[in-house]
Amino acid sequence: MTRRELDQKLKDLQDNMLLMGSMVEKAIEKSVEALKNRDLQLSRKVVEDDTIVDKKRLEIEEKCIQTIATQEPVASDLRFIIAIINIIVDLERMADHAEGIAKISLMIGDQPTLKPLVDIPRMAQRANDMLRRSLDALVSRDVEAAGKVCADDDEVDQLYDQVYRELLTFMLQDPRTIDRATHLLWAAHNLERIADRATNIAERVIFLVTGKMTECGTSKY
Amino acid sequence: MIKSSPLPTGVTVPVRDEERKVSNGGVQEGLVSIGLNAWYGRLLAIRNINIHFEPKHVTAIIGPSGCGKSTLIRCFNRLHETVPGARVSGQVLLDGKDIYSPGTDPVQLRRRIGMVFQRPNPFPTMSIFDNVATGIKLNGGMKGSRLAEIVERSLRHAALWDEVKDKLRNTGTDLSGGQQQRLCIARALAVEPEVLLMDEPCSALDPIATMKIEDLIRSLRETYMIVIVTHNMQQAARVSDFTGFMLAAEDRAGELIEFGPTPQMFTNPKDKRTEDYITGRFG
Repeated sequence: MTRRELDQKLKDLQDNMLLMGSMVEKAIEKSVEALKNRDLQLSRKVVEDDTIVDKKRLEIEEKCIQTIATQEPVASDLRFIIAIINIIVDLERMADHAEGIAKISLMIGDQPTLKPLVDIPRMAQRANDMLRRSLDALVSRDVEAAGKVCADDDEVDQLYDQVYRELLTFMLQDPRTIDRATHLLWAAHNLERIADRATNIAERVIFLVTGKMTECGTSKY
Repeated sequence: MIKSSPLPTGVTVPVRDEERKVSNGGVQEGLVSIGLNAWYGRLLAIRNINIHFEPKHVTAIIGPSGCGKSTLIRCFNRLHETVPGARVSGQVLLDGKDIYSPGTDPVQLRRRIGMVFQRPNPFPTMSIFDNVATGIKLNGGMKGSRLAEIVERSLRHAALWDEVKDKLRNTGTDLSGGQQQRLCIARALAVEPEVLLMDEPCSALDPIATMKIEDLIRSLRETYMIVIVTHNMQQAARVSDFTGFMLAAEDRAGELIEFGPTPQMFTNPKDKRTEDYITGRFG
């Protein structure tokens, strides 16, 4: 094993994972922006771009496998690669959720949204913030910061509750809104899942630094 | 089982199985060192080694060159003292009995604690059969079919029988390097030791021969207590149940830095020096 070569490969893996993270972040942002502004072209773009994220995941996974096979990493090097392998799966699934929101937007089509969207973009913002901070915690190997990401999941869950209650009120008041309200509920559900995935990443950071597998919080959903 | 007085008070030796210790009336089964130091003349080679090897387990000792790994295992069968000027202090207990006590015969002890060296060293003028049989003959003068039986069993244990059964009268040095090493293992097993010490047994072998020796180590684990010194960390990871990491201090004396279950040592070592060594950051 050449230490310099392994260090280079680990850095390359981290850089690629961060790149994938920023692709996912943009996908989440654009999917909600398109939903809010009824921008179908942007929604289509999010759906199309998901294949790029999928490819990136396979590329990183391949690099991880090659590094394990050729460098025989152990201890924190091994934990790092295992963390990356798990994180890229979470990132890919997050992008799939963003794609899901884009598809919901396409399903709504030309209809106006039920109401101006406030809490759903807020959920997206919070979830994206959790994603960013979980990856920052990974780069700085910061267990405390990772723990805070986990704690913030509750906030997203609360927003989800709020969206649910609000949409339920619409549906109860006027059954003709059920279709459109359900679409929005699906979008909110996707965002709630995205935040859960960010906590998975934070748990991987804790594993990377401490070697301990933890479930740092139980999401309400 | 040899009974002896309990361990000195105030001495901490890594114990992996409290139940076993208690059930055995305070005597730790296996091989234990307490405050073991070894010198070459004035040079302290290993310092204050407290370690416990359990029966039916493989323990690997890893560490950079010059950290005292080989010296340590040579203390376990009293080979260290054969070097002029070399001496030992502290205790080494085999099933509770101090192997350095005045009444212990080092030659008899080495029957119970066999050793396999880095380079295969079959007796060059002897046949394959005699290489294995000599130790038994010296120990009790056994002959005939009983002797042949033990030779066969030892060669089978060493996973060599099928390859040599038709040429037992050929000299041992006719065999390949890997076969010679297995012959040396068979020779060590013939006298039915309790412990097998292996000092880098694969470092002179190719990958296929290495793999065979590693398979053999795993199968011998069922019967013997094995301690293997290796420079190949992946080998330590593959074959051992426990791993000890040694490192030389500033005065060049080797110390046991960390000891633990192998899976833990290679995924999450507790000591930064272990982490730095096994990840290739130094050494």
